[in-house]
Amino acid sequence: MGNEESVFFSRVLTELTLSFHIIYATIGVGIPLMIMIAQWVGIKKQDEHYILLARRWTRGFVITVAVGVVTGTAIGLQLSLLWPNFMELAGNVIALPLFMETFAFFFEAIFLGIYLYTWDRFENQKKHLLLLIPVAIGASFSAIFITIVNAFMNAPQGFDIVNGQLVNINPVLAMFTPAMPTKVAHVLSTAYMTSAFVLASIGAYRLLKGSNHIYHKKALMLTMKIGLIFSIATAVIGDFSGKYLAEYQPEKLAAAEWHFETEEGAPLMLYGVLDDGKVKYAIKIPYALSILAHSNPNAEVIGLDQFPKDEIPPLYIHYLFDLMVTIGMWMTALSLIYVLGTWFKMRFVAAKWFRWLIVLGGPLSIIAIEAGWWFAEVGRQPWILRGIMRTEDAATSSGQVDLMLLLFAGLYLVLAIGSIIVLTRMFRKNPVEQELADRELEKEGELR
Amino acid sequence: MTLEILGISVLWLFLFGYVIVASIDFGAGFFNAYSLFRGKQHILTRIIQRYLSPVWEVTNVFLVFFFVGIVGFFPKTAYYYGTILLVPASIAVVLLAIRGSYYAFTTYGGLRQKGWTYLYGLSGLFIPASLSIVLTISEGGFVSESSAGLELDYWTLFTSPLTWSIVVLSITAVLYISAVFLTWYANKANDEPATELLRKYALIWALPAIVTATGIIVEMRDHNPAHFSRLMDLWWLFGISFLLFAGTVYLIWKRRYYGLAFGLLTGQFFVAFFAYGISHYPYLLYSYLTIYDGFTNEAMAIALVIAFIAGLGLLLPSLYLLLRLFLFNKDYVQGKRDDHA
Repeated sequence: MGNEESVFFSRVLTELTLSFHIIYATIGVGIPLMIMIAQWVGIKKQDEHYILLARRWTRGFVITVAVGVVTGTAIGLQLSLLWPNFMELAGNVIALPLFMETFAFFFEAIFLGIYLYTWDRFENQKKHLLLLIPVAIGASFSAIFITIVNAFMNAPQGFDIVNGQLVNINPVLAMFTPAMPTKVAHVLSTAYMTSAFVLASIGAYRLLKGSNHIYHKKALMLTMKIGLIFSIATAVIGDFSGKYLAEYQPEKLAAAEWHFETEEGAPLMLYGVLDDGKVKYAIKIPYALSILAHSNPNAEVIGLDQFPKDEIPPLYIHYLFDLMVTIGMWMTALSLIYVLGTWFKMRFVAAKWFRWLIVLGGPLSIIAIEAGWWFAEVGRQPWILRGIMRTEDAATSSGQVDLMLLLFAGLYLVLAIGSIIVLTRMFRKNPVEQELADRELEKEGELR
Repeated sequence: MTLEILGISVLWLFLFGYVIVASIDFGAGFFNAYSLFRGKQHILTRIIQRYLSPVWEVTNVFLVFFFVGIVGFFPKTAYYYGTILLVPASIAVVLLAIRGSYYAFTTYGGLRQKGWTYLYGLSGLFIPASLSIVLTISEGGFVSESSAGLELDYWTLFTSPLTWSIVVLSITAVLYISAVFLTWYANKANDEPATELLRKYALIWALPAIVTATGIIVEMRDHNPAHFSRLMDLWWLFGISFLLFAGTVYLIWKRRYYGLAFGLLTGQFFVAFFAYGISHYPYLLYSYLTIYDGFTNEAMAIALVIAFIAGLGLLLPSLYLLLRLFLFNKDYVQGKRDDHA
């Protein structure tokens, strides 16, 4: 296998692992917060339903965490196995957050074990809730540290290269790159948003499939509210991300927006297709790109003409970007309509067709996460470390990457099928009505 | 103490932690599968499940900590070992995945599948085997460097007696460590039949473990004479280790102080593991890479050490809490409590 092939297969394998891992990682970051909110509401309102909600989510959550541990170990090792040259450089400059991520995860894993196995151990429910806080913090900090590494790949700083040698290394400066604030905020808020919509999707599905229990209605309202809050946050952060890109990675923004010529008062291209370098069928919003990039309708936005041809990311990222943004907007609107509709007691929010839309929202949110990461990664190409190291120079020279790709593809297939079967079985075998009835009996037994 | 030595000591300590907790985990899975196979599952399964369930993720993090840490402290290892280990490490990841998914699907998900339990049990033997290959490779003689890059010579590797002795050692050690620990745990749970059975396993695996360990030192004389002579310089450490081993076996034999027996066993492995590590010094990969030319820059090293100390400040109390709630809590150990979500 030539080196070109090694690079190709390394990219495919990394993409496969990350695309699979990110589903579990996103859920793993977001759901602890949802459990925490549900349990807290339950304790506050003295409402058994919310507590049970937290408990049932926890049961599903540990399964996704266990699979996430597996895929996370895989990507952790693959970084060194597939990109040894990159990791050698990265190890020198950005090892600190990687190292701290293992601590954050360590912390999370310890307390998750404790939280999971101490559900009726404490008289005072609040004590048990306290155990969840380190889980949620650990999960979110894992995301923060890993995103810091990704931010570094987009806007490397904190070192100089003199005659091919790394000098003046400052690990702390390397962590706080210009890309870091928007990226970290975006990853966190979309993780919370996606987790809320995935849980909402499950609640809506149960309601559609015959159960009319108030439990599911409470779950739905709670998750849609949380989803709405974080989708608004995501939109605000998205605006800042646009400004960051315009300033520090203009080629990524320009490629995503099909902005070819540097100009003032640049219009925004929505959708459309690219035909022989010409944009067709796009919706053109005048001045919008200048506003997005610089908050000023007349500001100059740098176009792709300012960059050498071999330093421009593939133009198909425009579709990924549009897909992500469209789903984000759609979910904001959907949750807003649901929350307002419920407040004003409008009938249609309980209609079948509306609930199906909510069900669809879960998978759509996951697709948006995938599109977002593909956009983030492909949009950085041809660089693995922007301006410093090209992806093709970072890959392994090993000739067996194609075999490993098959091996891991098989593994992920088994894991995906397994998690789907186990999760559906788990909740189908023990529906909430059954569990509520059981708990009622248990209580009576204790009283007698 | 130089930063290089501090860094490698910290990593070696965590690897040691992994060796112990993972051995308990791997061996337990194997004994569980074996007892299912022999129709004795009623004796062992409950005790094993109760110990393993809350702690397995923690086990895995020790390993992640080690490989992330080594790239941090010694970035050149990413280039050397990253290139060489693509296939062995990928296989290890798949095997680890079998274990992780066993927890996900069987323990948490309630999927009862005999095949899965067997697969899980066997993976506990294959993982140490595949991971221990890394130690073999580090002894040198299996890697060549050319203009095309680094290449691992699989043929030499798999025909070397050293490889197979280390593989056998890793498996016997796993079964021995696990059996001793579980004897203690079962005893704490007042579970007599389980204690007796596990005690028998511990005694069975004691001899093979010590014999293979000694065998490797002998192998080393031919394979890597320089390393062998450094091992010999540390003979007294191996002597201490052997005395601790004898102590463990004696206590288990006499059915006395199982907790102390496990403590001595930890000591035995600690001393031997560090004696081996010290004798490996200064090489990370024989003849190619030492801890000095592989070391990161000073600023990063200091940052990592500070992060490490801060992290330990957070972790040690948490680990203590975990142990107190599950390992040293009588009600939990004896199965009177099950507060699973």
